[in-house]
Amino acid sequence: MLRKKLKELLQAMQINATGRTGSPIRPTLPCAGPLVVENAGMEWRDQGILLKKIRHGETATIIEVFCEHHGRHAGIVRGGASRKIAPVLQPGAQLDLVWRARLEDHLGSYLVEPIRSRAAAAMSGRLALAGLNAVTGILAFCLPEREAHGGLYARTEALLDLLGQNEVWPLAYLKWELALLEEMGFGLDLSKCAVTGQSEGLVFVSPRTGRAVSAKGAGEWADRMLDLPPCLLGLGPAPDSEVLLALKTTGHFMHTKLATVLAAKPLPQVRARFVEVFATDI
Amino acid sequence: MESTDNLNSTRDIDNLIELMAKLPGLGPRSARRAVLHLIRKRALLLTPLADVMQVVAETARECLNCGNVGTLEICDICASDKRANGELCVVEDVADLWAMERSGVFKGRYHVLGGTLSALDSIGPQELRIPKLIERVADEDITEVILALNVTIDGQTTSHYIADQLGGRVRLTTLAQGVPVGGELDYLDDGTISAALNARKDI
Repeated sequence: MLRKKLKELLQAMQINATGRTGSPIRPTLPCAGPLVVENAGMEWRDQGILLKKIRHGETATIIEVFCEHHGRHAGIVRGGASRKIAPVLQPGAQLDLVWRARLEDHLGSYLVEPIRSRAAAAMSGRLALAGLNAVTGILAFCLPEREAHGGLYARTEALLDLLGQNEVWPLAYLKWELALLEEMGFGLDLSKCAVTGQSEGLVFVSPRTGRAVSAKGAGEWADRMLDLPPCLLGLGPAPDSEVLLALKTTGHFMHTKLATVLAAKPLPQVRARFVEVFATDI
Repeated sequence: MESTDNLNSTRDIDNLIELMAKLPGLGPRSARRAVLHLIRKRALLLTPLADVMQVVAETARECLNCGNVGTLEICDICASDKRANGELCVVEDVADLWAMERSGVFKGRYHVLGGTLSALDSIGPQELRIPKLIERVADEDITEVILALNVTIDGQTTSHYIADQLGGRVRLTTLAQGVPVGGELDYLDDGTISAALNARKDI
């Protein structure tokens, strides 16, 4: 009777023969198509984008990775400072990761295999390098730990794959920043005028609410409004000067909402550097 | 009582082992082996080593000009007129300077930054020796600045920042990237192969 109860209890807890929760990791090739999480316990496998690395002791490295199913997740890479592994661990690199820890809230250790290095594309020019730093720096700054953001992950991956294509990258970055604000709960509502309710003639964004405002609706407050260039609405050919103007608008919300409200500290300088490089290149 | 005496008798040696174990490449076991070896070769190694360490502890300092480590205020490289050929090689760390010197190819002067820019770690230009570099370029007769920083994202970000600061004043160059001597293509990462192909030259 007691044995039967114990068996039921173990089944309910999903404890397998090895004593681990969930099913054991099945060996899969790192590049054999999209990877899925095979275990939700103290051992999992996922894909991720490297955001940050810190040297730990003589041979190890602590990395922060934006994982597809586990969000921003840190872990230690044993031997991460070695000649073989260190070149792989560059910000922006797409990695195949196996994370293991004794308890779920432990730092845990990573086994990493490179899927795609973006360092060469990033080092091809100033704009690409500044762009990569901005994306990884902002994600490391604002993403909550261990909270999955699948949609943002997919957008980030697509954005980083465009690195080096300077004609389209700033616009793609702008769209990514809008998606980031949306994902973090500070999305802009550009569908209709906050004052008149009309969906045409939108030229401003309210700096307080992030809602679109028409010229008529803005009235005498127009000089306090942020610009709403057509490229923010997905209209027009989006020349670089317009994208720069739009980045100024999104930058306001990055500073006042994302940094001040969410993280209570100033936004890292990497974004300002990217905008500065972009403005110089125009 | 006896055990306390034993502890007292080895306390200094234990302290030495503990300190040695903090050195790069050494752990507690290898530190113990090294200390034992030093004690056995007291006259040959331990005493001279202790004397030299005492001297270096008193005299070692950073060169006020370039950031190299030496025992004088201005290092030999900066003091030598032969090295004043107008070329200035910017490196990240003293270890990089020593690596360049080992090759014996570069005959100019150096500038050690002391790290790389990192916005996330709050390392800005003021934390590095970038203002001093700009000052040297303005004051010394520099014609070319060679940016020999590591080929990492941080290293290249720092290179671009310095290039922005010095743009137009001097000739700016960086080290080439590609296949290392003795390297096999099969073992190279795609980034290196891509860089090597882009920088191909006529044979």
